[in-house]
Amino acid sequence: MAGQFPKPLIDTDSRPYWEGLERQELRIQQCDDCHRHIFYPRLLCPHCFSDHVSWTQASGRGQIYSFTVVHKAFGPFAEQAPFVVAIVELEEGVRMMTRIVGERETIQIGASVQVLYEKVEEDLVLPYFEVIRT
Amino acid sequence: MENLRSERIAAIVGVAESDLGVTPGKNVLQLQAQAAKAALADAGFEKEEVDAIFTAGNWAWSPNLMLAEYLGIQPKYTDGTNIGGSSFESHVGHAVAGIRAGLFDVALITYGSTQRSDQSRNRPTPVVQLTDQYERPFGLPLTVGAYALAAMRHMHLYGTTSEQLAEIAVATRKWATLNEKAFKREPIEIKDVLESRMIAEPLHLLDCCLVTDGGGAVIVASARAAARAKKKPVWILGHGETHTHQSIVNMPDLTVTGARESGKRAFEMAGVTHDEIDVAEIYDSFTITVLLTLEALGFCQPGEGGAFVSGQRTAPGGDFPMNTNGGGLSYCHPGMYGIFLLIEAARQLRGECGARQVENARLAVVNGTGGVLSSTSTLILGRD
Ligand SMILES: [Zn+2]
Repeated sequence: MAGQFPKPLIDTDSRPYWEGLERQELRIQQCDDCHRHIFYPRLLCPHCFSDHVSWTQASGRGQIYSFTVVHKAFGPFAEQAPFVVAIVELEEGVRMMTRIVGERETIQIGASVQVLYEKVEEDLVLPYFEVIRT
Repeated sequence: MENLRSERIAAIVGVAESDLGVTPGKNVLQLQAQAAKAALADAGFEKEEVDAIFTAGNWAWSPNLMLAEYLGIQPKYTDGTNIGGSSFESHVGHAVAGIRAGLFDVALITYGSTQRSDQSRNRPTPVVQLTDQYERPFGLPLTVGAYALAAMRHMHLYGTTSEQLAEIAVATRKWATLNEKAFKREPIEIKDVLESRMIAEPLHLLDCCLVTDGGGAVIVASARAAARAKKKPVWILGHGETHTHQSIVNMPDLTVTGARESGKRAFEMAGVTHDEIDVAEIYDSFTITVLLTLEALGFCQPGEGGAFVSGQRTAPGGDFPMNTNGGGLSYCHPGMYGIFLLIEAARQLRGECGARQVENARLAVVNGTGGVLSSTSTLILGRD
């Protein structure tokens, strides 16, 4: 069963994020009061509950917090398997789910990664990451 | 915190499963009706005595309304807390609270699912909204992929091995061989787990729970009502619950579950120590779920879970009897498994388990986990 690719239902929380990706920018929020970064985007800061939050462009660099190699996937992802899904912790301190592309041997927890912009559908760009060779 | 051990507020007085495994032709209401009737018969109660109803599921826009109507029950108290597979441990805790407050005397808790016959799992939805939109497009298969992320990090931090995870699956299967209701009963060895198909690294097929149909019901009664029950009461001595996140990305520490808090509160409320526990029923959606839960509950230190379960310590004859019905890994797992933990714990404490009976079991810990390590609800149960 192939099925349709899951598409985000963009709302007023997420619009700047998705529009940023279209322009190859990884945007996250930052609290104007406690200055901590926030991901995913939301109306108020989950740390100090301030509703003064602003958008900022993330460095796009981070580390792999954990990952898995998916061998059995469903729907539109079935034929992509095996692929690597990871949780990446950005330099700004927030975590996001992503894919890691590149050689399997280089992918490990703690590895440094850099964002890249993957056009997965005509109208959808996702932030993927690749390991930075050091 | 008040010590429930000496108070004897409420007890489990009836438990039952419905048909389990593959139940073509049975719907979720039938499965729950079947289990509810059998659990009431187990307790020796009439339907008319039920004055509170608890259920959880996603089979109706309002499961409580549909179920109670189907059963012909008009409750005084109703609770549909849904925190995933651990919902039913929370229902028991909430029933104790309601009984303590004098709001009702007899609660019926049910669950039912036909997920195997429906083949309803893992159907991707074309539109993903709210906070799901930041994750679903990456294709992580839920729930196994999330648990794999946790397992990978535990291995990275502590050197936990696939062999150690496999110990859990093998020990659980040994219990299943002693349970005629278990779906999978043929013995397996560690190499069978390691050689089974990789699903999401590091989890193999045999690290994953079954997909079955099935239902269950539990009757919780006030001490006053329990006195007229047919069976000896299984006292609810302590309860704790929490949830830490919805999505695995937002789990504060991928190797520490909320059982660290829910377990601590349950043990404190019961006034019992880990050494006193005779039997453990620990939600086993995956082998890693069990390992993380044992650490979080404090049966061992963080990182020691692999060593703790090694040498078939949790198998029949081992010194830590766990998941004695064969668990979600081998007995049944209809989507939300938590009610079956309660059924088995009650039967163990009542001494009704035949070949798999843990000798002289007096105290049990039950820990449900829901979502993707998202919620935990812990109970301490004991008999007189
Ligand atoms: Zn803030």
